Amino acid sequence: MEGELAHIGAGLAGLGTGLAALGVGNVAANFLAGALRNPSAAASQTATLFIGIAFAEALGIFSFLVALLLMFAV
Amino acid sequence: MASEAKEAGEATVAMPQLDPSTFPNQIFWLLVTLVVIYFVLSRIALPRIAAVLAERQGTITNDIAAAEELKQKAADAETAYNQALADARVEAARIVNEAKAEIQADLDKEIQKADKKIEAKAAESEKAIAEIREGALASVKDVAKSTTKELVAAFGGKADAKTITAAINARLKG
Amino acid sequence: MADKAHAEEGSGLVFHPMDQFIVKPLFGDGPIHWYTPTNVTLWMALTVVVIVLMLVIGTRRRAVVPTRSQSIGELAYGFIYKMVEDVAGKDAVRFFPYIMTLFMFIVISNFLGLLPTAFTTTSHIAVTAVLALAVFLTVTVLGFVLNGTKFLGLFWVSSAPLALRPVLAIIELFSYFVRPVSHSIRLAGNMMAGHAVIKVFAGFAPMILLSTGIGLVVTPLSILAITAMYGLEMLVSFVQAYVFTILTCVYLKDALHPSH
Repeated sequence: MEGELAHIGAGLAGLGTGLAALGVGNVAANFLAGALRNPSAAASQTATLFIGIAFAEALGIFSFLVALLLMFAV
Repeated sequence: MASEAKEAGEATVAMPQLDPSTFPNQIFWLLVTLVVIYFVLSRIALPRIAAVLAERQGTITNDIAAAEELKQKAADAETAYNQALADARVEAARIVNEAKAEIQADLDKEIQKADKKIEAKAAESEKAIAEIREGALASVKDVAKSTTKELVAAFGGKADAKTITAAINARLKG
Repeated sequence: MADKAHAEEGSGLVFHPMDQFIVKPLFGDGPIHWYTPTNVTLWMALTVVVIVLMLVIGTRRRAVVPTRSQSIGELAYGFIYKMVEDVAGKDAVRFFPYIMTLFMFIVISNFLGLLPTAFTTTSHIAVTAVLALAVFLTVTVLGFVLNGTKFLGLFWVSSAPLALRPVLAIIELFSYFVRPVSHSIRLAGNMMAGHAVIKVFAGFAPMILLSTGIGLVVTPLSILAITAMYGLEMLVSFVQAYVFTILTCVYLKDALHPSH
């Protein structure tokens, strides 16, 4: 029983990775919108873009981690 | 769940990443690898690449300077060439003028000579003409005298030479 | 689930997608001590070999006009050098060899892991945790050595209203200590997830041998999916190495210039 509940929890935690994908997409979309408005400044901000994506993704990875732990370690 | 898996296969865990028995092995070999990579990079690769890049930068800078110098030389050569061209033009004009002057002088001399010759010839001719004319006048006088004498004789007069000559001279003057 | 998959292995077609991450001794079958040469050793050694080929053998001519192999080394050098200079500042250039070591190890391990039947060392949390902890400890120690207690200003946001500052300090402190966790799990998670997904599709690919009807649909689709995932993984391999390195530079900047 406990194992099944853990699997359900893992599935729910997996939703978090999808939501993080929304965040990453949001970052990229806004970067693109800004870059098209001012293309000359875009090249200097790609590093910032990747940092932003990395931070947004980090939280998704936490839920991925929770899912993994629920699946294999609990 | 995980415990079930452990019971099923002793050697494998459901997620090999979470098997702590392999951690020391991985960490040990990772540290060895990192140290090796660090020494390879910092002792050999990075200084070499940095040297190559610096050398290339230097070469490019030198080449640009050399190109600049060559460009300057070309510009100098062009001005020198233009200068030489202008000089040559001036020289040519001078030579042409000199030649012209010389020719003119020769020409003038020849013309003068010719003029003199012509003058001399003309004077000679005039003299000859005058002589001829003189001769002719004398002849005319003679003819007139003799004719007048004959005419006077024919009319029965007797004319002395003096009167006839005076009359003819007066007549010829006219 | 894992045991079920193993039970079906008898048919020779189904395999567990996580099996590729198992650490095995290279010789024999014995227990894994810390010194045992394992497939981890093999693939890390290959990483070293590839790095030496790229950066040492490739540049051995020291040509002013670079050959193709020398260009690769110079590109990698210029890429990381510029990143360190731009993100962490000019005075971080003295840490460039360390950051270059990290980047080269991660990027080459990631790409080697994409070879069929390869073992991906960077998909293991033990490996990435050591990398991330090394960065974290270096940055923390360096921050305190260079700036003393001023380094704590990193957590005390002086631009915020006074009442908010303690709250922000707790958040900042928390996010500071979460850094190595996210730093390591991001890399390992990406590598593991991508490889596992490829393996899952690979498990579906021989379906046509079991049942022609379903196989006609599933097999081409899964082969297509493997190809697409492989392309995505190539991108991810590079981007994750890039992200790991650039975050290292960001953390390093915090240690060198902790003013917020």
